[in-house]
Amino acid sequence: MHRFLVKLSSSSNQFRSFKNHRLLLPLLPSSKPFTSSPSVSSSPPRHSNRSWYPYSVELFRKISPLSSNSRTLGVNGRGISSEAGRESIEYDVLIVGAGPAGLSAAMRLKQLSQEKNVDLSVCVVEKGAEVGGHIISGNVFEPVALDELLPHWRQEHTPIKIPASSDKFWFLTKDRAISLPSPFDNKGNYVISLSQLVRWLGGKAEELGTEIYPGFSASEVLYDASDKVVGIATKDMGISKDGSKKENFQPGVDIKGRVTLFAEGCRGSLSERIIKKYKLREEVNAQHQTYALGIKEVWEIDESKHNPGEVVHTLGWPLDRKTYGGSFLYHMNDRQVALGLVVALNYHNPFLNPYEEFQKLKHHPAIKRILEGGTVLQYGARTLNEGGFQSIPYPVFPGGAIIGCSAGFLNVPKIKGTHTAMKSGMLAAEAAFGVLHEGINMNTYWDNLKDSWVWKELYAARNYRPAFEYGLLPGLAVSAMEHYILKGKVPFTLKHGKADHEATNLARKCTPIEYPKPDGVLSFDVPTSLYRSNTNHDHDQPSHLRLRDPKIPEKVNFPEYAAPESRYCPARVYEYVEDEEGKPKLQINAQNCLHCKACDIKDPKQNIEWTVPEGGGGPAYSLV
Amino acid sequence: MKILVAVKRVVDYAVKIRVKPDKTGVDTQNVKMSMNPFCEIALEEALRIKEAGFAKEVVAVSIGPSQCVDTLRTGLAMGADRGIHVETNTSFLPLTIAKILKSLAEVENPGLIFLGKQAIDDDCNQTGQMVAALLGWPQATFASKVVLDKDKHIATVDREVDGGLETLCVDLPAVITTDLRLNQPRYASLPNIMKAKSKPIKKMTVQDLKVDVKSDIEILEVTEPPKRKSGVMVSSVDELIEKLRNEAHVV
Repeated sequence: MHRFLVKLSSSSNQFRSFKNHRLLLPLLPSSKPFTSSPSVSSSPPRHSNRSWYPYSVELFRKISPLSSNSRTLGVNGRGISSEAGRESIEYDVLIVGAGPAGLSAAMRLKQLSQEKNVDLSVCVVEKGAEVGGHIISGNVFEPVALDELLPHWRQEHTPIKIPASSDKFWFLTKDRAISLPSPFDNKGNYVISLSQLVRWLGGKAEELGTEIYPGFSASEVLYDASDKVVGIATKDMGISKDGSKKENFQPGVDIKGRVTLFAEGCRGSLSERIIKKYKLREEVNAQHQTYALGIKEVWEIDESKHNPGEVVHTLGWPLDRKTYGGSFLYHMNDRQVALGLVVALNYHNPFLNPYEEFQKLKHHPAIKRILEGGTVLQYGARTLNEGGFQSIPYPVFPGGAIIGCSAGFLNVPKIKGTHTAMKSGMLAAEAAFGVLHEGINMNTYWDNLKDSWVWKELYAARNYRPAFEYGLLPGLAVSAMEHYILKGKVPFTLKHGKADHEATNLARKCTPIEYPKPDGVLSFDVPTSLYRSNTNHDHDQPSHLRLRDPKIPEKVNFPEYAAPESRYCPARVYEYVEDEEGKPKLQINAQNCLHCKACDIKDPKQNIEWTVPEGGGGPAYSLV
Repeated sequence: MKILVAVKRVVDYAVKIRVKPDKTGVDTQNVKMSMNPFCEIALEEALRIKEAGFAKEVVAVSIGPSQCVDTLRTGLAMGADRGIHVETNTSFLPLTIAKILKSLAEVENPGLIFLGKQAIDDDCNQTGQMVAALLGWPQATFASKVVLDKDKHIATVDREVDGGLETLCVDLPAVITTDLRLNQPRYASLPNIMKAKSKPIKKMTVQDLKVDVKSDIEILEVTEPPKRKSGVMVSSVDELIEKLRNEAHVV
């Protein structure tokens, strides 16, 4: 097989030492002062002058003779070198995350390789134990990107079977459901389980020759001497809670790519570090990202109540007028319905408990009558992007790019992000192929994004969500105007309010919320729900949830904000227990974690850093 | 010496299962499957024996549908040298599995057969014992420590029994089934997973092995255990006695 065996001009040793010292190296002169663009501009927006960017030069690497390090030729002549017990494997393209964006990028790369008769090695690493195991979404799927990626998918046996048959929209009050004209038009879309679709995409990607390695979490970004990203390091496995090596200790592996694409999903842990390091938001004067937390269950209901393809969205109860969010109820196949509540994380009241709000929702008469007699099959939760157009960072950095929800291409009024994530993956793949094969610049990804339907769509949708900063009714009014008349063709772009973690008010200024006890039939306690997510982590490992300052929970979170993390976490990871002196102490039950990233987003002092646990841990989603 | 390790593909231990509506079994569609934890321990012990120099080859064998190949690949990634997949879509009971393993042992001639003490889906705890009986080999089950003596061709095995620990000496070839505290299985490293792709997995059928798979047990029904009723709080000893006498009829 013809290989692009790129031997980097320095030995792997240097990567080791530079990885540790990278923080001392000055940033590339690439991070120049931002091109200022006013928030009210008359032309489509944010772009930056990147033509001078020296990125393309990096790619013409000198092929030098093999280093003195022990270097064996692994499978297919791939270079596997090892020094100091750490192995290093090289690929042409490394993709972090086997979700819709990552797998679409992998498939596009392989398609291009076949077309142009070129051999590119593509590796996808995934922290879930299985491809699709960490994937959860509504999901009413718009197949526009899939039609471009796999034009003949309809002739194949896919998990895309149920076309959306109706679009209902209800405004809920405590007892009633008022039908409103639906702002959604899902004709041509399908009600699916995204976990199932991603599993199928994984199979297709492997058929095309992608190497996918589930069960490996990328814990560090690797940089070279010029502060360029050269790959990732997987997390060491077999370290016990106290930090010592267990008998089955397995050091992580350095996986290098000539191009690295980060597709970790919303608030990806490495993507966030990359965005901060290379100041990618400042690059294009993007706003901060805003988020929502989605909590979902899949129910198997009575045959008589099941109506495949029915799509219901609600607004209003149980959330109040100041809290943005709503619920969804989608009828899938096999008597299954997907039911969930999405709560924007810029809520003000620290006593709000999104999980409990979801339990309340299920008791609403309109929802209850559908669920009665049914059983819950699966539970899960995940944060999603709500920043839309205003929050898209510059997604290219030296060594690669960010794709999918890690950058943030979700269309908020449509509440769909799968199709744009897939398209971003495909565009990045095309750019990466050009970088590797034709020596073009990776900026092409950004340029192509701006020329694509992703950009048009997100630009048109940009003012819906920020309008809700003024309240529910103004928000609805603007939405109606945008939907029927304006369609985004206004000369201004509304800005987001405060960042989610800054929006929480002090506890003493807010009223505590009393939540009813679960009845065990429609509503459940967290441990019961958690059991249904199949989540687990090896207990004997250091907690993957890091506190930047271990004293802040007891000094700030508990007294001033009434411990919001004990309320917004849908897995009860954070609990305050009394220590020997009777004082409250934070206990982190990392084993419960659903990898939703809500804590990383909502912690008032941004003290909680979500990092990856050992690979293979976390939820095992299959129906959500 | 060759070591044969039988590994089973079962529902992952952390997954919530449910019974199929038609009560014929547990719903395994769309459910995460993994190698049985006790089989992992068995494979780990076999690998350690090979690394200590007492064995030349570790062969992993799995019986089941085509997806068993994934389980075998995990075993190969842990360090087994080759795999054997006996492909079948019927779910066999322990006696049939034991007969298949007996046939395989007659072909492969291992010095040791390692199995997990039981599978976590059926909790039968029968296969290892049946294999030993069919082959006429000595067995040491619930092993928590295994020490080989190469010259004397014996294995000294500590067994976890109800009363404590029992130490047995078995002549090789023997069958050993592994218990939880024997070892902690290794993680399959990424380079090993890559190397495992090129290790051979031989496909066989029950006809190849000339095994009679007719089962003499038929599963009639699978149901969930009855839900535990919540307890009742009583306010005095008299009330307790009254309830025990008149409601529970135990006094």
